[in-house]
Amino acid sequence: MTMLPVLPILIPLLAAAACLLSWRSVLWQRVASTIGAAGLLGSAVALLVAADRRDIVAVQVGSWSAPFGITLVADRFSAVMVLLAGTMGLLVCLFSLFEATRRDIHRGFFPLLLILLAGVCGAFLTGDLFNLYVWFEVLLIASFVLLGLVGGRANIEGAVKYVALNLVGSMLFLTATGVMYGVTKTLNMADLHGALIEVQSQNPTLVLTLAATFAVAFALKAALFPLFFWLPASYHVPPAAVCAVFAALLTKVGVYALVRVFTLIFPDAEPVLWVILILAAVTMVSGVLGAVTQYEFKRILAWHSISQVGYIVAGVGLLAVPHPNVQALGLAATIVFLVHHGTIKPALFLVAGLVKWREGTTELKQLGGLASATPWLAALFLLAALSLAGLPPSSGFWAKLVVLRALVVAQEWWVLAAALAAGLLTLMSMMKIWNEAFWKDRPTDEAARGLEGDRALTNPHRIPKAFAAPVVALIVLVTAIGLWPQPLLGYADRAAAQLLNPSAYVEAVGAPPRESSTTPGDVSSIILDVEELQR
Amino acid sequence: MFLVLAITVGVLFTCGLYLMMRRSLWKLILGLLLLSHGANLAVFVSSGLTRSPAPLVAVGESAPPDGAADPLPQALVLTAIVIGFAVVSFTAVLVRRATHAVASDDPDRMRSTDT
Repeated sequence: MTMLPVLPILIPLLAAAACLLSWRSVLWQRVASTIGAAGLLGSAVALLVAADRRDIVAVQVGSWSAPFGITLVADRFSAVMVLLAGTMGLLVCLFSLFEATRRDIHRGFFPLLLILLAGVCGAFLTGDLFNLYVWFEVLLIASFVLLGLVGGRANIEGAVKYVALNLVGSMLFLTATGVMYGVTKTLNMADLHGALIEVQSQNPTLVLTLAATFAVAFALKAALFPLFFWLPASYHVPPAAVCAVFAALLTKVGVYALVRVFTLIFPDAEPVLWVILILAAVTMVSGVLGAVTQYEFKRILAWHSISQVGYIVAGVGLLAVPHPNVQALGLAATIVFLVHHGTIKPALFLVAGLVKWREGTTELKQLGGLASATPWLAALFLLAALSLAGLPPSSGFWAKLVVLRALVVAQEWWVLAAALAAGLLTLMSMMKIWNEAFWKDRPTDEAARGLEGDRALTNPHRIPKAFAAPVVALIVLVTAIGLWPQPLLGYADRAAAQLLNPSAYVEAVGAPPRESSTTPGDVSSIILDVEELQR
Repeated sequence: MFLVLAITVGVLFTCGLYLMMRRSLWKLILGLLLLSHGANLAVFVSSGLTRSPAPLVAVGESAPPDGAADPLPQALVLTAIVIGFAVVSFTAVLVRRATHAVASDDPDRMRSTDT
């Protein structure tokens, strides 16, 4: 029971090791990774139950007590994110049993997928800032290789952009962590709570700079405007299963880190949070405008990911409003939207994967007639697309409703207007995919079917039932959340209340009560450093 | 000395970012390398520069002597160096494949996935 927070990291790593040991056998790799992903989901469910019942589950790895050892903590927010990772991990793994080719598997597709899942779960569960950096790097390296795995010019190009921009973000994060240690002499997140209050009274600029550096580093990972350019350049190139797991988890890790840092560590970073709120509004609109100009299935979805990150981060930005009610509503909205987007966007990417399997292309101009050819696929897409656009009764409706409710209560009318406009444009571009790929007649002109990109197949493949099963399961799940939203909404409220009351977190980790540790001399010498780095 | 190291960190960051923005993927690798050195140095000097005894616990004692050096930044920077090395090596291989695929090391020619 006490080892529960270790399992979501350990199980995928063990499964990855098993895959590496059975490197030559495609069958064994498939079996081991499916078992590993299922085990991850099982441990995530157990963790969620434990975290919801007992509030916060904390483990000191190696029994080194709190501020010295590495702490793993699962509060309600962490637990629901791990559950999201587990669910997506299993479904994507099942989908990949068909989609990943023998060549991909021989190049290590399954171990990489499992290491990515372990890294994501580690980032969600760690209670130490430097350890968070390490898990970020673990998941980044796995995602780098997954992105470039298939080869081909587009993949390599996408990978170069993704790698370069994300590494800049990592360096910023590392530098900020170093400065944080210099200021507070600790990196344990529970121990950091309250550590900055005294520093702030002496040197508010330093704390603000530190908060801004963390915000920029995490906003880059979360793909917030104007730091999102790695996302549309790379998300659409890998196979659909990889797209799905990226869309479900990568930006979410950045958002998770933003929430964690700004609820637990920075007591009073209002200016930074206002900037985040404004950027969230700009992100919603710029992402959706990018999507409107696209004519390729997966590129449209990638741009929508950016727009949706705006909705998610708007709730974090509402922490700037100094009113506990608004803050709780904002955080609850963030959590609901994270879960909604973390399930719906992979579903859409997997639908795109099925279309690609059947037709050999995802260029909308080359597609057509899918609604009459495969009515069930059309129905799946329509359910998911309407949920993304936020039409009732779907998970997207509730997610958008709680975000808008928080914005109304906070009286942030401009952000509200941006959210509504972005919602309309989302509906419009979903309808574009529907019209082009599903509703219009299949283009008969040979020239139109193979002008650019991948050439459409003349005789479409049949989609095996087992291949479509994970997609069906995912869309059933999303629809179930839409029809029966109360468990999720209630859980999000409880999780938000817990985030806004960090003393319980500190107590569960067992960090010693704070005493003044930094001398004014220390602080003034550090500030020179910070100014240097910011230049 | 602290000031010198602080300025060094700044110079490393400036040069790294400048190199990353050049139109050459090889300079991108060098830029990343400098950035990672800058970040490592910042972590390393984060707890100040002091002449202190090594934080070794003598036989029969339960804690290192008073005024011992802070070992944590060194442990952190060791981890960061290893990670940075691995990441830069990976980037070098990736860039090599990219220059083969595109037949150029100019990032401006890599636009097929842009919009």
